[in-house]
Amino acid sequence: MGSNMAENHPVAFQWVVDAQRNGARVIHVDPRFTRTSALADTYVPLRPGSDLAFLGGLINYILDNGHQLSEYVAAYTNADVIISDEVALPDDLVKLLSGYDPDSGTYDATAWRYAGVEQPVVAASGKRGRHPDRGGGETPRGREVEEAERDPTLSHPRCVFQLLKRHYAGYTPERVAELCGVSREQFVEVAEALCANSGREATSAFVYSVGWTQHTVGAQYIRAASIVQLLLGNVGRPGGGIMALRGHASIQGSTDIPTLYDLLPGYLPMPQAAAHPDMASYLSALTAHKGFWGDIDAYLVSLLKAWWGEAARADNDFAYGWLPKLSGDHSTYRTTLAMLDGDIAGYLLLGQNPAVGSSNGRLHRLAMANLDWLVVRDLVEIESATFWRDSPEVESGELDPGEIATEVFFLPAAAHTEKDGSFTNTQRLLQWHEKAVEPPGDCRSDLWFVYHLGRRIRAKLAERDDPTDLAVRELTWDYPVHGPLAEPSAEAVLAEINGVDAHGEPLAGFAGLAADGSTACGCWIYAGCYAEGVNQPARRTPRWNQDAPASRWGWAWPDNRRILYNRASADPAGRPWSQRTAYMRWDAEQGAWVGPDRPDFPASRPPDYAPPADAAGPAALRGDDAFVMQSDGKAWLYAPDGMVDGPLPTHYEPHESPVRNGLHAWQASPARQRLAHPHDPDNPGSTDPAPGPPDPFGPHAPPFPFAITTYRIAEHHTAGGMSRFGRRLTELAPELFVEVDPVLAQRRGLVHGGWATVLTARSAVEARVMVTDRLRPLPVGGGVIHQVGVPYHFGYGGRATGDAGNDLLSLALDPNVHISEYKAATCDIRPGRRPRGAALRRMVDEAADGHHHKGAG
Amino acid sequence: MGLADLLGSWPVWRQLRGPDRLGLSQAVTSPATQATASPTAEADHVAASVCPFCAVGCAQRVHVRDGEIAHIDGDPASPVSRGRLCARGSSSLDLVAGPARETTVKYRAPYARQWSQLDLGTAMDMIADRVIAARDASWQERDADGHRVNRATGLAALGGAVLDNEENYLIKKLWTALGAVQLENQARI
Repeated sequence: MGSNMAENHPVAFQWVVDAQRNGARVIHVDPRFTRTSALADTYVPLRPGSDLAFLGGLINYILDNGHQLSEYVAAYTNADVIISDEVALPDDLVKLLSGYDPDSGTYDATAWRYAGVEQPVVAASGKRGRHPDRGGGETPRGREVEEAERDPTLSHPRCVFQLLKRHYAGYTPERVAELCGVSREQFVEVAEALCANSGREATSAFVYSVGWTQHTVGAQYIRAASIVQLLLGNVGRPGGGIMALRGHASIQGSTDIPTLYDLLPGYLPMPQAAAHPDMASYLSALTAHKGFWGDIDAYLVSLLKAWWGEAARADNDFAYGWLPKLSGDHSTYRTTLAMLDGDIAGYLLLGQNPAVGSSNGRLHRLAMANLDWLVVRDLVEIESATFWRDSPEVESGELDPGEIATEVFFLPAAAHTEKDGSFTNTQRLLQWHEKAVEPPGDCRSDLWFVYHLGRRIRAKLAERDDPTDLAVRELTWDYPVHGPLAEPSAEAVLAEINGVDAHGEPLAGFAGLAADGSTACGCWIYAGCYAEGVNQPARRTPRWNQDAPASRWGWAWPDNRRILYNRASADPAGRPWSQRTAYMRWDAEQGAWVGPDRPDFPASRPPDYAPPADAAGPAALRGDDAFVMQSDGKAWLYAPDGMVDGPLPTHYEPHESPVRNGLHAWQASPARQRLAHPHDPDNPGSTDPAPGPPDPFGPHAPPFPFAITTYRIAEHHTAGGMSRFGRRLTELAPELFVEVDPVLAQRRGLVHGGWATVLTARSAVEARVMVTDRLRPLPVGGGVIHQVGVPYHFGYGGRATGDAGNDLLSLALDPNVHISEYKAATCDIRPGRRPRGAALRRMVDEAADGHHHKGAG
Repeated sequence: MGLADLLGSWPVWRQLRGPDRLGLSQAVTSPATQATASPTAEADHVAASVCPFCAVGCAQRVHVRDGEIAHIDGDPASPVSRGRLCARGSSSLDLVAGPARETTVKYRAPYARQWSQLDLGTAMDMIADRVIAARDASWQERDADGHRVNRATGLAALGGAVLDNEENYLIKKLWTALGAVQLENQARI
């Protein structure tokens, strides 16, 4: 669901086809019929933005029919935990979850806590450590979470299992079908197939991509799938799990070692100004009761030692004070608005093209024209490097190069073949690539750029005496350089990421980290990638000489583990759930967990182990606490912390939708983040659509009656910098097109191969029309929804040109992760090309004001 | 050309007499094909690499001849990809050695209507000066509530998902030491 794997991850899809040949059943649930659908055994078209209703329906179906793997649910999840009686769930589908403050539009997660536990239970990920009653207080240690009230019979009305039943009771097959635009029979067919292929004897897997993440409730989509998989016992087992297929060579690596505002390496949260003024308050707020986040002090101190070396000492909080502190959201869209306000002087673009790739591209282009200076590092002259000269806003007269003060530095980048380094793929696998040739001309690696920029800045700061410069001046920044270009050694950086022990020897794994300052490690989850001084990601034992998980090809974090939480591949007593799905098991004779993988569990801890009362961190894990990163050792069906928009996923409509929410009184998620700006208006009539059956061609049709979704195609790569400027891929897919169904085409007068203009309150985009049955009209709420599909790769630069599809979208974001809703909004579509010059803005502004031209039909 | 050569050039004859009885390979190749060598055959050096497009991580082999990349193909030894590359991965040579590739620094001065040239070292020095100036001008020791923040709000960066782990590490390290918190990449998009 939410993925077109065959086209966007084609080489990985060979394994799906292999599995299919071995008897697996492949189901594709997605708005568009794609090559993935063509190869699937079952294809179910569903309305964009309705996936959570579908998933909620699966949860209801599983619970209603008793298909859960009960022993797994009881032992490995928090199904038995009793939730504080402050929590009220929307039994009647009207009330909101408790803790919601309508004035601020936010929830107070302390209202969702476990009954009997004084301290809020720390989440393993997401927005965590924000509780005022944790900051500055005692660090919770050990087994306090064991105090939680539980009901092993799962019958207490406020236990998580019963809350789930009540919360999803309304997601019946009939209502799901009506909301999602699928038939009841199709929904039940999928639910039955999923349940029949799960349990002791079999496992099922979910695959998703940005079709799930790019929604105002995107993180809750993933949570809902997690609930489905946990109920069915499909997590931590071979052939199970939830596979996030990510879109860039090292987008996983750039999340693990984050070029992201809210994280430090290894998913340590960046400190918050109010809650974490010193290290004690940081650790107090973020140390887990038990499990591996119980050792967060060792991870943080080792990171600070890697960055500041001798200057990070116990008597100065290991230089914690030099870390800049956050005040809420500093994400990319906020930064763009700050540019428009003139608050950003300088901006570096490192292989990214927001003029095409980001929502509402016009807003980004106008913002960049407001910078003092901009550095663009790329292989080709992407649109973000030339917006001042040839953007649509120059054509429309909104921008004039003679009035743009921005200095632009274009620095050509080295390609992957011209530098050493590692990528982390979508399976957490680090793979090394070797330099084949020197980069040409002025081209340099980003390692060269950052290292030498830092070197120059440090030299300049050394000439003045300013205490605010200490963090830069004391930074460890001595990397060996080699070759004619003085290229820094990537392997030396990898060694720093891996870390060293008290004797300066490479760490074998994160278990060797200490909180006393004796160890240094640049990213604790990568500790071991340079074990014994060997570049582990560079290992390439051919697949025909490998063990089953191919453990000698590259290196997977953490500890070269290939399936996470694999303790759950055995039952609570440590036996395989079935011979067919056997993976890891407890061997009593050896006193160890054995199997083809590295155990994701203390290696010699028996299944019946009960820790002493004073145990803390990993030592406090019971023998059946399979979810070792969770501070209660259990997978969370109900999330008492970490999510800012509710402890249980709930179906809300997209920010802009053609229909009213058929399940809840609230139309869209009340906690969604809408960054308001005059350049980013909503489509009139789409945030609060009229009740009743949608009728896009009727006399009372709203001005933006169609559902729009943007997507990728097999022949191009994201914002186009790596595909549209070359010859080969351009020949395969030379220009932008828009997909519409035959009925919509006929009613709007759109001709296959002719031109159409897609319109929102943000922009108008012209494209060649492709009339196709791949996008089907969907029966929803007694009416019909038509879809418009727009690939987003194109722009005004390069060889394969076209308007940028994402120009149509708005800054409606998921509040957990600040990702924009690219996958579901509303639009209008008209025959013919868009206007040129100033007439373009007039057309869009009229649409934004609600002065609607009805078009044909 | 003698009779034996003439017969030998006839695919049916080759199919009947040679090992390729099904006529799927050697028996049916033309003289032109026979004279064509694989660009991988004459490589001086083969570098182990990874596809730079999506996150599947297909293994590539980069074949180098006379200091230039002659060909890029999939590595059959990979347990991830088994030697396969998709349309995008197969275009890697076009990406790294195609005509669109820029190889010189370009500079656009304020209010200019076109690019001008700039020496790389000069550009690096100008950028270093601008980073320091933007940091100094926007430095916040405390926020509006009096909490210590030690950050520079006038600097921002975007990108990292196509870069190496080692590159992301140095970017995060330098940016954080400078106090610049606005650092984001495609994972947010």
